[in-house]
Amino acid sequence: MSVSAKTLDKNEYFYGHKACAGCGGSLAVRNALKVLGKNAVAVLPAGCMSAVGFNFPQLCFANNAIISTFAGTASMLTGIEAGFRRRGIKDFTAVGFAGDGGTADIGIQALSGAIDRNDNIIYICYDNEAYMNTGIQKSGLTPFGAKTTTTPAGQNIHGNIRPKKNMFEIVAAHDIPYAATATVGYMNDFLNKVEKASKIQGTKYIHVIAPCPTGWGIPVSDTIDAAREIVDCGLWYLAEYENHTFKINHDPKNFTSVEAYLRKQARFKHLTDEDIAVITDSRDKKWEFIRKNWN
Amino acid sequence: MIKPTLREQKIFPFADVPEHTSFEAGYLVSVNSGWRSIRPVVNTAACIGCMQCYLYCPDGVIAIQDGKAVIDYDFCKGCGICSKICKPSAIQMESER
Repeated sequence: MSVSAKTLDKNEYFYGHKACAGCGGSLAVRNALKVLGKNAVAVLPAGCMSAVGFNFPQLCFANNAIISTFAGTASMLTGIEAGFRRRGIKDFTAVGFAGDGGTADIGIQALSGAIDRNDNIIYICYDNEAYMNTGIQKSGLTPFGAKTTTTPAGQNIHGNIRPKKNMFEIVAAHDIPYAATATVGYMNDFLNKVEKASKIQGTKYIHVIAPCPTGWGIPVSDTIDAAREIVDCGLWYLAEYENHTFKINHDPKNFTSVEAYLRKQARFKHLTDEDIAVITDSRDKKWEFIRKNWN
Repeated sequence: MIKPTLREQKIFPFADVPEHTSFEAGYLVSVNSGWRSIRPVVNTAACIGCMQCYLYCPDGVIAIQDGKAVIDYDFCKGCGICSKICKPSAIQMESER
């Protein structure tokens, strides 16, 4: 059965948190927990969602939730799953919410290990494209050209000089039972991927784009618009990996303008027309590859 | 309904601070309403109860009661996502002062 706003659990499991207004990451966590229900056990490594959810003595989670080491999201999920299994508890879901840095840089080893063991866990990466919690430093998932405090934009170097790490395909290369990409802008797609993941045995990975108004330099009310536009302009894709094959969920016939998407964000304000041509070109190459090789 | 709720903050001695990573779930002691400079106001006559604001609110402060959106102003941060997402334009942002 497909999940929608009408069928979604009315309970709120992530409420009263101290995330910035318009936070995409907290929206992803809130709605994923509504799909997984009260027996979800959430693991949050160092990052925005642990910083905003656990302000002692406040605990903004209504379900079980724990902070893990930065590198150990997936290994703690493994331990929780094994512990519950040992105690004979069956009705639970071990779910991790790590940011892009906690997934693609610091936590990649533990994640790779968990996929290798095929532990029965769900790993959700909310990707806001930099280490936002500590003040916007570049991560492995920061896109080309983005200005962060560690990749400043000057006359010679225009922000980040490296492209975004291809985390979805890195995870899929482990031959994981289920991996998917999503965005908080197309919420029903994301909810249904979480629901599908919860029914699959083995390790599941969902990579969800979650715009950060503070780090991206957009108005707080534009989070959802940015999360939609990144898909519409082709810089992000909605895809799944299952049964050893890639599947593209949404293949836009005409892309919207990459330049229009970039120019709305302060982190890309310095880009020249040549930089934007590089980004557009890499988008076209990526989609050529996707259309040729994925179903 | 399960939901973290606002409670009176207990004053406890250092010895009562939990030793482990656990504390009572859903325990809130402060509101977020002071963050807000603008507030969403629902025009109930125009609201069609489509639930999009409820679905996209990062703070989960909008509930649909009797087919209309109702906002919990204690925890609304005034981001304005609900107002933008609302197709019938039933939510307007108004200045706090």
